[in-house]
Amino acid sequence: MMKKRFRLSEFLAEKIITATAFISFAFIVLIFVFVFRETLPIFSAPEPAVSNEEMGEQETYGDVQMSDAEKASEVKQQNKIELDEGASLKNLSSDRWQPVSSKPKYGLVPLIIGSLKVSLIAILFAAPVGILAALFTAAFAPRWAKEALKPVIEILAGFPSVVIGFFALVVMATFIQDAFGLEYRLNAFVGGIALAFAVIPIIFTISEDAIAAVPKNLTEASLALGATKWQTALKVVLPAATPGIFASVILGIGRAFGETMIVLMATGNAALVSADLFEPVRTMSATIGAEMAEVVFGETHYNVLFLIGSILFLFTFTLNAIAEIFIRQRLMKKFKGN
Amino acid sequence: MKKIIATLLLMTFSSSMFAADVITVKGSDTMVILAQRWAELYMKKNPNVTIQVTGGGSGTGISALINGTTDICNASRPMKPAEKQKLKLRFSTLGVEIKTAKDGIALYVNEKNPVKTLTLAQVKDIYTGKITNWKEVGGNDSRIILYSRENNSGTYVYFKENVLDDEDYSPSCQNMPGTAALVNAVAKDANGIGYGGSAYAKGINEIAVKSDASSEAFLPNAQNVKEGKYPITRFLFMYVKSKPTGAMKEYIDWILSDEGQIVVSKVGYFPLR
Repeated sequence: MMKKRFRLSEFLAEKIITATAFISFAFIVLIFVFVFRETLPIFSAPEPAVSNEEMGEQETYGDVQMSDAEKASEVKQQNKIELDEGASLKNLSSDRWQPVSSKPKYGLVPLIIGSLKVSLIAILFAAPVGILAALFTAAFAPRWAKEALKPVIEILAGFPSVVIGFFALVVMATFIQDAFGLEYRLNAFVGGIALAFAVIPIIFTISEDAIAAVPKNLTEASLALGATKWQTALKVVLPAATPGIFASVILGIGRAFGETMIVLMATGNAALVSADLFEPVRTMSATIGAEMAEVVFGETHYNVLFLIGSILFLFTFTLNAIAEIFIRQRLMKKFKGN
Repeated sequence: MKKIIATLLLMTFSSSMFAADVITVKGSDTMVILAQRWAELYMKKNPNVTIQVTGGGSGTGISALINGTTDICNASRPMKPAEKQKLKLRFSTLGVEIKTAKDGIALYVNEKNPVKTLTLAQVKDIYTGKITNWKEVGGNDSRIILYSRENNSGTYVYFKENVLDDEDYSPSCQNMPGTAALVNAVAKDANGIGYGGSAYAKGINEIAVKSDASSEAFLPNAQNVKEGKYPITRFLFMYVKSKPTGAMKEYIDWILSDEGQIVVSKVGYFPLR
């Protein structure tokens, strides 16, 4: 046997690759830890509120003449005390989201309902479109159509969500309002449809891979037995690819749930508790996106936003895990035999 | 070769000499354009001062001041007691407040809306959800669609404290992620009402506001805001840790001077005097 020569370059390359893999892993874990750490203070008592009077007068610079009305308004603001009672379980489960208030209300119910409502609408639109498009591309499309369709739909996945959101805000909302005669221009429905644009490519890509991975012998056997192309696609290929398609839908829900910019722009962001699909909604992700920049760091409001982040994180994590299990175990088992 | 080295040396030397004073400014998105104009003009006149302006929001700016990562913080709302407390813990000072400009908050309705004036009390009832139909304030018989800013905005907080008397907004209030989005929504919604800086008002009508039922109605124009006649007027602030000295004092004095205040009206806000 030839003696293995030690090559420094190879050794380094190997170590660097290993390190990168572990660094990515470490990042995820650290983000996990960070998000949960910032959530934790919710469960301890809030710091006692301070009034402006206790803090004393702030110095001013520059001389500005104020009218009487302006002075009165300033005094009113100075004497205001914020009653931050912290986020008790009762407060968190209420149906009002009014975090900036003399008595902050951190009810998560409308936000969770909002996220579920928009994701549901999005998936109801995106799933049939995405799956059928995938079936067409994988099973029916002539070669040239396949070569054109796949990359184009995949480009849609890289489409900036701000652009989709802006399109929904400016064009789609008016169109949908006129078409259905709606009272609210921006609502869960508009947001859901816009979100579907972001979800379709995910469902399409994964479903298409799943359908294309169905072994050729299944299709050929079906065709040889005299089944038409359509029968083969619907009764042989589609059932065989079900686990992969199911996984694609679940990943699509995860994407819809976490998407921020589109819903922030197109849903109206009113924290309402209602089952009406044509009323504005406020989703969890949009709430974080909109409010994080201005909260007082370390305050209850800040911690509650991180709590919402943790909920989102756990939700998408679970969905991804389920999808992974479906792709890995069910699909692979099916094709490879036991 | 020697020549090149000499030039390089000279360049580093001179640039370090000219960039002796760096002032960082961070905060309110409402004020970011104004702050940039001020910085540009001031740097043109005083090449030895570098001013770096970033936005991010009033809250972000104030936390940067507390963390010591900015010299000046822009804010479209006054500092909260909790923030003052943090600043005191860190630097044992309450900070210094500088009023730099005035802003009138306009109420917008769609061009087709016949309502032209509202009293402050009516505005409050509309936004807290007590008045829900336009006919109650002299308009058409249709539901009022409420548009508001997001609760991260200084404008949201100001409006709530001063117009709604600190009551909560109606839950059906739609929160828009910026004044431009809000204006766009109202311009397309015949029954919509929204609020924001008058600098943005295009394609929509501004409402003339009365302090109470018997008083005169005023539009949010320069004259009315400057004289304090328009009832929804606020200040735009700068906060610093301690009484400004040196280059920072010169900069702030220049902002408060007539020259700095001209920039305020050019950007669409209202000067202090």
